[in-house]
Amino acid sequence: MALLAVPLIGALLLLVAPTVVRPWLRVYGLVVSGVALVLAVVMVATFDYGQAARPQFAVDREWIPGLGLHFHLAVDGISLPLIALTALLTFLCFVYLSWGDARGPGQLLRPRAGGARPRALVFTLLVLEVGMVGTFLALDLLLFFVFFEIVLIPMYFLIAIWGGKGRRGASIKFILYTLLGSVVMLLGLLLVWARTGTLDIVALGQAHGAGMPRAVQILAFVAIGVGLAVKTPMWPLHTWLPDAHTEAPTVGSVLLAGVLLKMGTYGFARIAIPVLPEGAAAVAPWLGAFAVVGIVYGALACLAQRDLKRMIAYSSVGHMGFVLLGFATLTTVGINGALFANVAHGLITGLLFFLAGAIKERYGTADMRALGGGMLATLPHLGSVLTFAAIASLGVPGLAGFWGEMLSLFGAFQPAAGLPRGLFLTFMVIGGLGAVLTAAYFLVMLSRVTHGRPERARAVPAIAGSGASGVGDWPPGGSALPGSEWSGWAGESPDIEQAGWADEPPDSEGAAGAADPTAGKGEGGAGGRVLRDIQGYEFAAWVPLIVLILLFGLWPKLLLSLTTPAVQTLLGALS
Amino acid sequence: MIQQIDYSVIAVPLVLALVAGLVLMLDAFLPSGGRTRTGLGLVSLAGVVVGLGFVVAQAVRGDGARATFCVPESLATAAGPGGEPACSFVVDRFTLIFAGLVLVAGVVVVLMSMTQLAMGGIPAGEWYFLLLCTLVGAVTLPASRDLIMLVVALELVSLPVFALTALKRYDGRSSEAAVKLFLVSVVSTAVMLFGVSLLYGIAGTVYLSRLAAVFSGKAPAPGVGAPETYSSLLAAGPGLPGVVTVGLVLVVAGFAFKIAVVPFHAWAADVYQGAPIPVAALLSVISKAAGFAGLILVLVTALPGQAPTWAPIIAVVAALTMTVGNLLAMRQRAAVRLLAWSSVAQSGYILAPLAVTAQTGAMAAAPGITVGAGAASAAGDVAGAVGASVAYLVIYAAMNLGAFAVVMLMSRTTARNELDDYRGLAFRSPVAAVALAFCLICLAGLPPGLAGLFAKVVVFREIVEGGAGWLAVVMAVNTVIGLYYYVVWTARLFTPAEPVPAGVRRALPAAWVAVGIAVVVALLFSVAPQLVLGMTSLSASG
Repeated sequence: MALLAVPLIGALLLLVAPTVVRPWLRVYGLVVSGVALVLAVVMVATFDYGQAARPQFAVDREWIPGLGLHFHLAVDGISLPLIALTALLTFLCFVYLSWGDARGPGQLLRPRAGGARPRALVFTLLVLEVGMVGTFLALDLLLFFVFFEIVLIPMYFLIAIWGGKGRRGASIKFILYTLLGSVVMLLGLLLVWARTGTLDIVALGQAHGAGMPRAVQILAFVAIGVGLAVKTPMWPLHTWLPDAHTEAPTVGSVLLAGVLLKMGTYGFARIAIPVLPEGAAAVAPWLGAFAVVGIVYGALACLAQRDLKRMIAYSSVGHMGFVLLGFATLTTVGINGALFANVAHGLITGLLFFLAGAIKERYGTADMRALGGGMLATLPHLGSVLTFAAIASLGVPGLAGFWGEMLSLFGAFQPAAGLPRGLFLTFMVIGGLGAVLTAAYFLVMLSRVTHGRPERARAVPAIAGSGASGVGDWPPGGSALPGSEWSGWAGESPDIEQAGWADEPPDSEGAAGAADPTAGKGEGGAGGRVLRDIQGYEFAAWVPLIVLILLFGLWPKLLLSLTTPAVQTLLGALS
Repeated sequence: MIQQIDYSVIAVPLVLALVAGLVLMLDAFLPSGGRTRTGLGLVSLAGVVVGLGFVVAQAVRGDGARATFCVPESLATAAGPGGEPACSFVVDRFTLIFAGLVLVAGVVVVLMSMTQLAMGGIPAGEWYFLLLCTLVGAVTLPASRDLIMLVVALELVSLPVFALTALKRYDGRSSEAAVKLFLVSVVSTAVMLFGVSLLYGIAGTVYLSRLAAVFSGKAPAPGVGAPETYSSLLAAGPGLPGVVTVGLVLVVAGFAFKIAVVPFHAWAADVYQGAPIPVAALLSVISKAAGFAGLILVLVTALPGQAPTWAPIIAVVAALTMTVGNLLAMRQRAAVRLLAWSSVAQSGYILAPLAVTAQTGAMAAAPGITVGAGAASAAGDVAGAVGASVAYLVIYAAMNLGAFAVVMLMSRTTARNELDDYRGLAFRSPVAAVALAFCLICLAGLPPGLAGLFAKVVVFREIVEGGAGWLAVVMAVNTVIGLYYYVVWTARLFTPAEPVPAGVRRALPAAWVAVGIAVVVALLFSVAPQLVLGMTSLSASG
């Protein structure tokens, strides 16, 4: 399928003919991913919505007869939104990278001392796109697994090479964790294969688990489920996620949260539930329980976080809990809700990570206490987009985040026949509480970061560990300031505050310039340089996400009509 | 009495042996020098390629199994059920696959040798002679169908390797490695010979097909009292004469030494490190392939009836091997030592399906296995499992040779050859780095190294289908442990490092060709693993 071939060829071209590509490297990734996006849009446009349940645009070739492995790709109502999402987010990442300002520290596509290695980055992202799109397209168990794995290597390098300070540990944790999950999943897939003798997901889905006794189904479901749950991530298998997110570069976080996590949940919808219906029914209460624990745990963990990126990462755990709860209900409503929440989470969290990256890039830290408050005053645009994204994420009606959670909880109210209703009602109540907690931490975050008086920033950084190099450059009075005295700083003019912020990043040059408060007025320009508001390229990358969040929030039927028929067929075995 | 010898059947070892002699003669009569050294390398290479040509020709002709050195009809009265003649040398698919594997690996090793010898300090003529002798043994071994021939071929593989290891004279490590290898190998040979003699004593025959008949209770065992009592004993299940078990275990232990599986693994790292790198590659691929060929022949062809005895042994040994190998590899700092332990771990993966073969084989044997065509009746089950082993071995050979070839390249620039020396290789020598990264990722079994992934999938499938769930889980955990060190090494290739001091010597093109061949083969297997799987699926019919 062309959608797969474009990034692959693009990546290979980069490998084969580096010198040809080098002069227009910045545009190269943009063009390649743009072509892929156009193809995805064409696919969305030509998709036969009347038959959304049927796999379309199918390619089915025999690849390895010895293993019965087919190169079988197709699109249906479940995978179409995710493919579009993948193409979109990849493209936006390239937009973010290519049009950026050369001075921004997040601009990895610039040749610079120390080796940002733009060619390798473009290559990595394109390979990542191949893997992600392939995962959503694959209709063969082993092929699915191959693409599922292809994603890991570029992601590992993305974190390990372009990541933050703790990248080594984070990347190794990421890859080992997810690989362990993958191997367990592979065992489950092979068990299915050994019992049914086919790898074709469509055929397996139509068989509805025929030929597999209940015990085998449960075993296979648990094995596959564990593999997918690591990726999703489901509590308590989530511990790789915060580290990976915190250390990954902005584009890495965006793709990790926006697409990679969806691969796990997509696997539930595509493989685990339709292929192993009895196993799903047996394990669903457990899945639901873990999901609910994840929701509450994610929310509580978020409340305790100080780092913005880490908080968003934990919020992903909570949101994925809603998705899993939706799957656990095994009803059309619940699974629809799960799929909807999936896409919505991809859009919203993608946006949130873009924002967190932008903030980290400006302030040099994502520590909420070090950020201080008052972003709405100092950076009105950035602050309002952040507010928008946070509100969308906490599930305000009218934005995309709402429908998924609502439908999941609604599904839990009336779970599929055969599932204990009382238990799911409890899940629903706890999930509802989790939603409240979600609102709580996002509001706390907003109150800490966007609201309040900007001057807070002055006192706290002295304690914040992340500002260590800047702290060294504080004038003695600054570092020795007791907490009660920071109000004294507030009396000074705002541009001094800005200059003071400017030395927050461990950028010693800026810190030295702005360190002397008496020179603050003179250094106002320096502060303005670091604290620029949203730039054009950032708008370009974010506006599509904002528009889609609004669109799906106001008109959820757009997505639901696409997934409903597909969900109904995949649940055929249960009803 | 004159035996009829079918020379076309034994053409491959014959060619290699003749070339080995030719190399020795040329070395004696040509003036020593760089050109002679290269010339000898080319002659050896030509010999291996011609041998490969014969293998291909035999494979293309493909008219089933061809045998020679058979027991003449006139003497074939002794317990030959089905009237099938017992032969010592059989060329069938199993043989051809192993011969092809050994010879392609041989080409790579010869190319690596040319680079190694260009460094000087090693006499070229002896080197190539010994190398070719090893190849003769490795080609003969999978064709052997009697115990004596097996032992002789195995020794032919092993003995020259000691000398090859020691050829780097005045090098303490090298000598130590040679002595260690020598002692281990001699002990294992003695152990194995003892086991062989016990088996022979009971069965009264050395031919594998007849051994199979005896040990599955189809034919009387001349070594044990009256035939009928023995048969009833056999039918009674585990109450076998203990001698059979002892002999079996001793033979397995002998092979276990050769393929360096736990608990006979301790020699691997020291020897690999001490030996010149081409020899380490030879040990890890050719010698290991030969060992596995022998083990498969003995277990599957000769002793399928004893599967209940050896199945658990193999399963436990496989699990231990992969675990210990991986755990030890994690702690290594030297590249060759890491590869040594990782190849121990890979042996575990190769062994694993054999354990399942045993189980399925036992099931097939229970209703009564028709011997001679023994493997054929159980072929449905056994072929798959042995095929999985062989497929893994073939793919492993390509990946591992690739890694060794790059390490060989690196050894010319860095004396210690530690993992840290590979830091930033991607900037100094991108091609080598990408080649090594690909091979390592293949060994780890991750995409884009699909060859390794499919090899593992095949093995996993056999294990899961064979019902050895715990082994599959152990292997899964091990796969992840293995990933750790492979990925860490790979990442090191791409981390920037301060530039190395200049004065880097250019490697000979030969080493690059070696890298190229190995990587191209590994790539080919990645894109079209069907090549291997198709070949090996029927390989157990021997």
